[in-house]
Amino acid sequence: MAAKTFRGGVHPPEFKELTSSSAIETLPPPDRVVIPLIQHIGAPCEPVIADETTLSKGDKVDLGQKIGDTEAFVAAPVHASVSGEVVEIGEARLSDGRVVPAITIESDGEDRLSEDIGPTGELANLSPGEIKDIIREAGIVGMGGAAFPAHVKYSPPEGATLDTIIINGCECEPFLTCDDRVMLEYPGEIVFGLEAILKATGAERGIIGIEANKPEAIEAMRTAVGDSGYEVVPLQVKYPEGAEKQLIKAITGREVPSGGLPLNVGVVVNNVATAVAIARAIKSGTPVYERVVTVSGDVVARPANLLVRVGTPIRALFEYCGGFTESPARILSGGPMMGQAIADLDIPVVKGTSGILALSDRVAAMEEEEPCIRCGRCVDVCPTYMMPLFAARYPDEEALEYNPLDCIECGSCSYICPANQRLLPRIRLTKMLAQARARSEE
Amino acid sequence: MALSVEENLDRSRLTVTSSPHLQTRVTVRGIMLDVAIALLPAVVAATYFFGPWALAIIASCIAGAFLAEAGVSWARGREIPLYDGSALVTGLLLGLTLPSDVPLWIGLIGGAFAIGIGKAIFGGLGLNMFNPALVGRAFLVASFPVLMTTFRWPHDSGAWMGSGFDAVSTATPLALLRWSDVATPYFELFIGRIGGSLGETSALALLLGGLYLLGRGVINWRIPVSYIGTVMLLTWATGGDPLFHFLAGGLLIGAFFMATDYVTSPITPRGKLIFGFGCGFLTYAIRGFGGYPEGVLYSILLMNATVPLIERFTLPRVFGVGVKTDAN
Repeated sequence: MAAKTFRGGVHPPEFKELTSSSAIETLPPPDRVVIPLIQHIGAPCEPVIADETTLSKGDKVDLGQKIGDTEAFVAAPVHASVSGEVVEIGEARLSDGRVVPAITIESDGEDRLSEDIGPTGELANLSPGEIKDIIREAGIVGMGGAAFPAHVKYSPPEGATLDTIIINGCECEPFLTCDDRVMLEYPGEIVFGLEAILKATGAERGIIGIEANKPEAIEAMRTAVGDSGYEVVPLQVKYPEGAEKQLIKAITGREVPSGGLPLNVGVVVNNVATAVAIARAIKSGTPVYERVVTVSGDVVARPANLLVRVGTPIRALFEYCGGFTESPARILSGGPMMGQAIADLDIPVVKGTSGILALSDRVAAMEEEEPCIRCGRCVDVCPTYMMPLFAARYPDEEALEYNPLDCIECGSCSYICPANQRLLPRIRLTKMLAQARARSEE
Repeated sequence: MALSVEENLDRSRLTVTSSPHLQTRVTVRGIMLDVAIALLPAVVAATYFFGPWALAIIASCIAGAFLAEAGVSWARGREIPLYDGSALVTGLLLGLTLPSDVPLWIGLIGGAFAIGIGKAIFGGLGLNMFNPALVGRAFLVASFPVLMTTFRWPHDSGAWMGSGFDAVSTATPLALLRWSDVATPYFELFIGRIGGSLGETSALALLLGGLYLLGRGVINWRIPVSYIGTVMLLTWATGGDPLFHFLAGGLLIGAFFMATDYVTSPITPRGKLIFGFGCGFLTYAIRGFGGYPEGVLYSILLMNATVPLIERFTLPRVFGVGVKTDAN
């Protein structure tokens, strides 16, 4: 059977063999964590503990205790990832360059679990509303990297109904293997999480989509699914197979409308790690204070998949992995196609950090730009059927005609360009112009 | 512990740019080189049938193209972009469209005109409207009509003679059919033992090159198939011999190597089909009813001018556009 797929896309080298057979190791909790109050798409949290008590410097906190929350709907609370003392309520830099409010906790080394944490009851006895509350309170966001608050996805507006939940195990970014390992090591929790999401949303069809280059994960998920009726769908190995709208199109044939959301076609997509987080939140009341991060790259001494506490500086991950074999040309947070280049190793791991990479310029080459020869490769690979070369021209009225806002920023056009044109960075400029126009018209 | 990370980290070497951070190894130069490789069978066939003078003519075109590229770059104070290989391809293509007996200065002038006027004047690579090699050939045909339309039968394979001696003037198969009602046998057309321009005579060599380009993914099937298909279909529908028109003249070199030029053909999938159809229709019309026996050159040049218009009307539907919300 031919694996399902979408139209367009590219085949970058995978580099997954560096870590795909490395079982998840636990990174010892650091002495000090810096926990940003915004790790999600939406409103930032305030430093508060339960009962609207403000958190202050000097307060003692327990592992898993809530330390930041907000009244806003599109947001997710944050939790302490070690037990210890709040030594600073200041700022932290994120991998995208933003400097945001953050809480620094000095660990007492005890990992004393918060009293708030405990099983929430049998899934069968929970109502959809209760499940959504548990998910929200556990601070669960999309852990594939986008970090959109999960409970928001399960609350469609009036009139819309959800019928399908897709668990995304594609992991189409090169180098990253954290989702692969999660599927191999926690398949039961993924299925439990899927069941919980189905119950929370009232959807009936549960699907787990996995790229065909992970046969062991496909096998593990098939075994875990058993005869529950959920489908495990192998997908063609192609980037960006795991992009939300492309994945929905590949699996269900439905096309999310321009400017719309997956729920417009009755679908919610969640990463496998998100499903695991949901399972843990329900089974043991554990909030998101740790996640699996792939530490890889051709200049990392000992690439690995690590279970890391949120707030751990990126430096500690590289140190655990033996440092660099040579000076890297790029250090990335996330995958090499959509991740962010960083120069600051004190940036903390957050809920959406899927990988930390260090690459030489043999892998991440930066060639000179040459003139566009109109070869059309960018048009062939664009998964949104745009005309990247036209949308990437000097951002002006003409460029705006080429639907810049439909660009999902997958970077396939820049990747494929034989003239090394920086197409995506320029399309981003056109997008910014389009957004500015839209705002000024409101 | 902390030392191990800092030890091998030279921050001055870190690149911080926006994504993506990977790039294919496919380069403009690699693509141009592939086109040059695809033209090699035609060059070999031309040398085999017309003797070493054919090589000299092709070389003169490449030299003219290089000189013009270097001259223009120097005048503009730019780095000389010979590395991109586009002058090589233009020179090669132009050389293959010339008759086998022209003097070398024709090649030099043609190559220089192709690059200087056909490409550089528009701003260089990627910005020209018309196929440079065809601009060069059109210029030569208009300026030196006699030299450019005097064809000779190829020598026997054994006779590697210089130019000029024992040359027998002849007409091309298309001209023979048009004005003398003489049909050239298919096999001679296929192999290339016929009168005509250096590179358009051997259908076999051109097909090999065309298949190479298709196989390497350098060109897409849409333009060659719609172009050749249109010519054959129209010929068949009006009682002509489609196979003859497939093999004869410049159709194959035009459809595989010239109409597919990235810069001067549409970038949209439907646009490519329309462009190929337009080239095919014009080639058929000129061959059948025009003042020339051959129409590939002007068909492609005319269609080049329509590319912006074709693209404008064949833009693909963007993902999610026109899909109604809440379709479930």
